[in-house]
Amino acid sequence: MTQQTLGRFQGCGEEGEDSLPTPLAFLPVYFLLGIAFGFVLVRSEVVSWFRIQEMFRFQSFRMYGIIGSAVATAAISLFILKRLKVSALTGEKISVPKQNMGNGVRYLVGGTIFGVGWALTGACPGPVVALIGDGVAVMIVALTSALVGTWVYGRLRPRLPH
Amino acid sequence: MVFENEIGEERMISWLNGDWPWYIAGPIIGFFVPALLIVGNKVFGISGNLSHLCAAIAPGRVDYFRYDWRRAGLWNLVFLAGVLMGGFVAGHTGGPHAIAISAETKATLARMGIHDFTGVAPREIFTWRALLTLKGFIAVVIGGFLVGFGTAYAAGCTSGHAISGLANFQLPSLIAVVGFFAGGLAATYFILPLVIGAL
Repeated sequence: MTQQTLGRFQGCGEEGEDSLPTPLAFLPVYFLLGIAFGFVLVRSEVVSWFRIQEMFRFQSFRMYGIIGSAVATAAISLFILKRLKVSALTGEKISVPKQNMGNGVRYLVGGTIFGVGWALTGACPGPVVALIGDGVAVMIVALTSALVGTWVYGRLRPRLPH
Repeated sequence: MVFENEIGEERMISWLNGDWPWYIAGPIIGFFVPALLIVGNKVFGISGNLSHLCAAIAPGRVDYFRYDWRRAGLWNLVFLAGVLMGGFVAGHTGGPHAIAISAETKATLARMGIHDFTGVAPREIFTWRALLTLKGFIAVVIGGFLVGFGTAYAAGCTSGHAISGLANFQLPSLIAVVGFFAGGLAATYFILPLVIGAL
């Protein structure tokens, strides 16, 4: 698992090609969940460049409260799901894959590069898309740039330390 | 009675329109982790979609993009389409209101040269016209590029690492989140003041 996945796609919500294809009937469910997520992103104002500045300047607890309570909620839910050994609605066994540490460079360096971009645009990938929907049309350019950035990473990947 | 009803109604409306307190917003965001697992054993994370889109649109001769993106990420792309729709719905249901950032932040940003606090993002930077200025170009084009490159290199963004990863006690995610903040702080204190001060 560790070495094999490295040559292939390994991204956010890491999944290999071994994952089962998604039953088409479930796609509307993901769409609805996405709508809810986009709505929450805008209403909670985590899509706001101003809120991100406030966070990085440590001038409000708000963003820390949001991220912290989100992590706590997710952690408790994961604990319960693992304990109960629940199956997903699709029938698959619920399991969260461990991340491949490698030498760790990719996480620190990649994370730092993303951090710079996060502060500049005031948005991470989800909010960039939510902002386009919200009417900040120029974010289409930011999204296109992000695609170019991802593509360049893919191109340079063999030469980068992981 | 009628009076009470009116207050209730007002509160309902403000819930749909206004901003939400952190202790409501945070748990709702965190809830997407179990929700996606329960639906289809999917791990919550947005930035993988950037790779999926590259794989779908222009894989070129890059090995990294030569995988079955439908199988790996169709669900997530559909989720992302929902996020776009959700942003649209949110933008068309609430009355426009300024983001109520702290007076301190406002003062700091004003000193840097930002004076329009009416939008979700400063209009001095995030408009088509501003895109032709140095600050607009750096914030939107360079910033966007770094978001794409960084999340692909780090194999995750705020949702995948800071929320899914930390909740699953993954050390790589903790390292990534430390990086997010290191980069964010560097940009906030050293790059943005220069960029915003410039034309």
